[in-house]
Amino acid sequence: MAMMRYAEALNAALREEMSRDPSVFMFGEDIGRYGGVFKVSRGLMEEFGESRVRDTPISEQALTAMAVSAAMTGTRPILEIMYADFIPLCMDALVNQASVFGYLWEGQVEMPFVLRTQGGGGVGTGAQHAKSLDSFLTHIPGIKVVAPVTPADAKGMLKSAIRDAQPVIFLEHKLLYNMRGEVPDGEDELVPLGKARLVRPGRDVSIFATSKMVIEAEAAAVQLAKDGIDAEVIDLRTLRPLDLASIKASIARTHHAVVVNEGWTFCGYAAELSATIMDHCFDDLDAPVARVAMPDMPIPYSEPLEAAVIPNAARIAEAARRVLA
Amino acid sequence: MKNSPSVEEQREIHRRMILTRRLEEILGVMAKEGKTRGPLHRCDGQEAVGVASCMALNTSDYVCTTHRGHHVYVGKGMEPRRIVAEIMGRETGYCGGRGGHMLLGDASIGMIGGNAIVGAGIPAAAGMALSIQVLKQDRVAMAVFGDGAAQTGIAHEAMNMAGLWKLPVIFLLENNQYGLTVRQEVQSPVEDLFIRAAGYGMPGLKIDGNDAVAVYRAVAEASERARRGEGATLIEAKTYRMQGFSTSDMGGYQSDEEMAPWRERDPILVSAKALGALIGDKAVSDIASEAETDIQAAFDLALSDPFPTFEFHRPSGAYAEI
Repeated sequence: MAMMRYAEALNAALREEMSRDPSVFMFGEDIGRYGGVFKVSRGLMEEFGESRVRDTPISEQALTAMAVSAAMTGTRPILEIMYADFIPLCMDALVNQASVFGYLWEGQVEMPFVLRTQGGGGVGTGAQHAKSLDSFLTHIPGIKVVAPVTPADAKGMLKSAIRDAQPVIFLEHKLLYNMRGEVPDGEDELVPLGKARLVRPGRDVSIFATSKMVIEAEAAAVQLAKDGIDAEVIDLRTLRPLDLASIKASIARTHHAVVVNEGWTFCGYAAELSATIMDHCFDDLDAPVARVAMPDMPIPYSEPLEAAVIPNAARIAEAARRVLA
Repeated sequence: MKNSPSVEEQREIHRRMILTRRLEEILGVMAKEGKTRGPLHRCDGQEAVGVASCMALNTSDYVCTTHRGHHVYVGKGMEPRRIVAEIMGRETGYCGGRGGHMLLGDASIGMIGGNAIVGAGIPAAAGMALSIQVLKQDRVAMAVFGDGAAQTGIAHEAMNMAGLWKLPVIFLLENNQYGLTVRQEVQSPVEDLFIRAAGYGMPGLKIDGNDAVAVYRAVAEASERARRGEGATLIEAKTYRMQGFSTSDMGGYQSDEEMAPWRERDPILVSAKALGALIGDKAVSDIASEAETDIQAAFDLALSDPFPTFEFHRPSGAYAEI
């Protein structure tokens, strides 16, 4: 085990997979000489050269399309899109290319690319650099979407994503990069995609959260414990395909569910979780599912305004109390 | 002349052009009779561009094309029977009936593939060329795209990177004068689009797209350049779309006056004349009769092939558990 920051864990995963497999290469804006805006790719251009670690023009649309076709022709591209807010620029390549060809040309092509990006608010980056557009991505069939929270998961899941035969969107959060945690040693320490993580067991209510909202959910569980409410917190880790077995097992124990996601509420990822839980766990539920998500509005800049819209521990705890009332 | 097709290649180009033309004509009749499904985009008049360009490349080279790609499919060596089967939604089609006429692919011969999003083939070929460069392979990638696609933003992004990184890619701009129903001059301030190459630091040239030999030579030379590590080329092949945008096009905007000179310069007539001088007119007409027999057989077989039965795609199957 080594103590690492989240960004360092990602860097280690990239370095190990680039060393292990010469068909892995990285491209994106500012990732080479500068080492990435969040320093995730620091030192990699020096180590692997300018062909495999490429600084690119600001061309998200073509870059994403190129990741798709490069993946279909024998490489394992890792594309960094600097902000999740730029995902709309990538959508044709994901929706009309990546999602389609794996199906139409099944057995003829594989599409092992990873699109890394980071989203989320909380540090005053404003309306065009703070969003979580998870539901845009999880809506697309044939594409996996993951969002690790701990440094150990960041490393283990990025390695799994790079080795996966399907497109994987790897969602990071700007407030996670400096978080520290123990990371297991070993080049083959993989964390499987599609498996949720039990963060804290509890008997009274299940809180299912994604990305940085897992940390808020943990804080909510601490607040709830003071009132004698024993909350279970589950980090979904993979947003699609969903670990339905873990969700069902948890609700079978607690009979109450709160779903938390930092994206918009209407048609958001939390809405999908809520509908999925209703489809599969209706008989186990003692109360309707509660949703905690971003209000349906752009994210304001000023600190008190931004703090008022981003879901937090207090709102999660309040939702848990509501479902138990 | 350097990079010219051999007589044998020229014969094969001619054969594949006739196969394509007959494919289009038979499909056109079937569409009128209500025997096809969805729109069909015929490439009558443009056969030289798709066929001769692919014939100038190796089987291992990558090619992608547009919604109007039958000439490229046949040119790259896909079998007419399986092309027709895909268009008719049969199990034996290249995509088992999942793709339809705009989205054929055969990765085993580098044909990946048709693409019905206008402009999408341009970064697709650039990405394949990026892959070739990273893996240091002896291959090239080619995008065949139209004058309409040349006006998309993604065309600029992809060509800029191809020029910047000297990617082994050929941008073959098939200028058939129309983006859907709107003429090229209503979509672009300049008549010649190859001049853009200067802005991407790559050679650009204009050729007669109805002359199969000229298409072959230009693509062969661009392919040699790319293999030498000298990067991308933009080739603008001037041609003309003799049929409407699709089988659902109501027409009325392509005048006889406009079309007459192009009809005289039909790429199959141009090819027949050139080839006749080499092998004699009798041998040229024999190619046409052989092609006719082959295309009829392709339709007969494809139309007796079974329809597929529905099953979930594996990845979707995994998702379907949700």
